[in-house]
Amino acid sequence: MIPTPFDYIAAKSLDEAVALLGKHGEAAKILAGGHSLVPAMKLRLAQPQVLIDISRIKDLAYIREEGNSLRVGAMTTHYALESSKRVRVVSPLLAECAAAIGDVQVRNRGTIGGSVVHADPAADWPAAMIALRVEMVCAGAKGERVIKADDFFVDLLTTAIAPGEVLREIRIPLSQGRTGQSYKKVRHPASGFAVVGVAVNLGLDAAGKCANASIGVTGAAAKAFRAGGAEAALTGKPPDAAVAAAAAAKAADRQDMNSDLYASAEYRRHLVEVTARRAVLAAVGAAK
Amino acid sequence: MKVPIQVTVNGKTHAHEVEPRVLLVHYLRDVLNLTGTHIGCETSLCGACTVMLDGQAVKSCTVLAAQANGAHITTIEGFAVNGRLHPVQEGFWERHGLQCGYCTPGMIVASAQLLERNPDPTEAEIRMAIEGNLCRCTGYQHIVEAVQYAARRMKGAAAAD
Repeated sequence: MIPTPFDYIAAKSLDEAVALLGKHGEAAKILAGGHSLVPAMKLRLAQPQVLIDISRIKDLAYIREEGNSLRVGAMTTHYALESSKRVRVVSPLLAECAAAIGDVQVRNRGTIGGSVVHADPAADWPAAMIALRVEMVCAGAKGERVIKADDFFVDLLTTAIAPGEVLREIRIPLSQGRTGQSYKKVRHPASGFAVVGVAVNLGLDAAGKCANASIGVTGAAAKAFRAGGAEAALTGKPPDAAVAAAAAAKAADRQDMNSDLYASAEYRRHLVEVTARRAVLAAVGAAK
Repeated sequence: MKVPIQVTVNGKTHAHEVEPRVLLVHYLRDVLNLTGTHIGCETSLCGACTVMLDGQAVKSCTVLAAQANGAHITTIEGFAVNGRLHPVQEGFWERHGLQCGYCTPGMIVASAQLLERNPDPTEAEIRMAIEGNLCRCTGYQHIVEAVQYAARRMKGAAAAD
């Protein structure tokens, strides 16, 4: 369980990291907390020739509020998000999702940026990224660009980040008004990964009806997806148990489910429905 | 291409040149001869290799030694001070929190992290805090009791201060 040989460079600035990526091209990989990449390298599923460590770059790990958005640096650990009192208040789904990842040791070291760019189909973050409609800020040789969460997850282990780009920041729009959020998962008992995970972000109007719904599903398919059918079924209705159940039944509509040793496609489809119903009701319960 | 690293382990500073692919656990065991940190699954699941890295419990099989450059590390060998056991070690002793002992160093580091962050954990919180550490002997019950013992001891010590 030892990686193939590689060169290691600790980048001192984001500009240097981008320049190094440009210089080494496909042979290089960015190293953040190393909790997706290092395991893949030990299994020799990934064999980069150059690792560019961005953990020593100043100011890539932060949680800041700016206007109506929360800015999270790519190197921010899961534990930092889970344990931030402010995050729990302004973006409870972010804190709840962070706390659902792996175990304490993994959350201490693993980063939100490293996880989302790895785009593991069973990772927890992608569901929350979609439900929160976040924007990914990527730095490249030609400057920065912003990728919306819905466009970010392209396929299995594949994101819209271009070669030569580094994820710098995640921007989370903060919900205004009455909001309820929840993340529920069926946890693989050995690995802790999501067999299925559903993140729900609801806006409620004064009458208690669902004004808007944003739902991300992970673990179920080759990539995390938006449960558009379920969102439409909730919007404009009072989100009671019957409405939640009817919406949840549409959460996996038009999606091909993964099938593996742990769960068949048919079972995953069932889990998406059950988990979505629980997450919607928990989000409604959490709305103040 | 080897890279120079400098780490402070259990209060002692070491400088070496390492291959970038050397894992921290191998550096600790094979270079520094600190074999109290065990290698279990090598896939960041079992927690046997848990050490403190700048105050954070981490699985040292999933950290490159190069990533630890400049860090302060505490391994199980650094827990007792002047021959006096750390309260968590004492708890494992008093409450029989081990049988074969393979998982114990990692369990103790993870438990110490919990009690630093949450000095008065519930049983459920203790079980959550060690979910990244596997024990195949005890069924965990005595480990939970060992952590509860340590929490009481540390609170007593804090009250006496």
